[in-house]
Amino acid sequence: MESLGSIIAYFIIAIAIIVFSVLAVTSGKILRAATYLLFVLFATAGIYFQIGYEFLGAVQIAVYAGGIMVLFVFSILLTHKPGANAPRLANHKRWLGLSAALLGAGVCLYSLLSYGSFMMQKMPDNFSIDIHSIGQALLSTDKFGYLLPFEAISILLLACIIGGVVIARKR
Amino acid sequence: MFGCGVYGFITRRNMIAILISLELMLNAVDINFAVFNRFLFPGQMEGMFFSLFAIGLAAAETALAIAIVINVYRAVRNVDIRQLTKMKF
Repeated sequence: MESLGSIIAYFIIAIAIIVFSVLAVTSGKILRAATYLLFVLFATAGIYFQIGYEFLGAVQIAVYAGGIMVLFVFSILLTHKPGANAPRLANHKRWLGLSAALLGAGVCLYSLLSYGSFMMQKMPDNFSIDIHSIGQALLSTDKFGYLLPFEAISILLLACIIGGVVIARKR
Repeated sequence: MFGCGVYGFITRRNMIAILISLELMLNAVDINFAVFNRFLFPGQMEGMFFSLFAIGLAAAETALAIAIVINVYRAVRNVDIRQLTKMKF
């Protein structure tokens, strides 16, 4: 994080995230919005790689950019005529959304700045969590083990598969 | 980014656009978990595991929501939430 190149890379990623997320919610065509969301997800994975969480970045790319984007594109192509524009927004709706967004951003900024004494400190030395310790922590039953949420999310995914099949099947 | 997600969630009329902005919000929260974990408690992995489980939850939620959207489209031939008044009573 100390070198100039990584700082420049961080700013490029951050600006890309901001620009593409604004474009994703303001773009008129829904397929373009999905594409901008894909760019945002890749930039998020870039941030994870940059702070040393390689496993998290890989999961982000595999699950979001691989799975969820395919689902989005399929459902968009199934439910939309290609090239159809979104209708214009009503004005009060736009102001309501904008004010809610600014309120949320203000709350985030306030909490950052009020607890912000850590922001100027250096990032701790360069390290990366190896895959061995991740696996040990995921499947251990110790104090910092994550076996119970691991099993709970597996049950949840099974229920989600069954629920998706039941909802989307042809009657 | 979270603000963008909130803006899209409120202003969009299309159900799939609402899902896209929901994903934006979830991603913002995941970045916050991972980055605060990295900066404040670099020896521990709680934030990383929390965002890992949040990614899994987001995948499950998106799959179910898209199944619901496709079913609604099959029922009313539209995904515009202004015209989705069939189930109101």
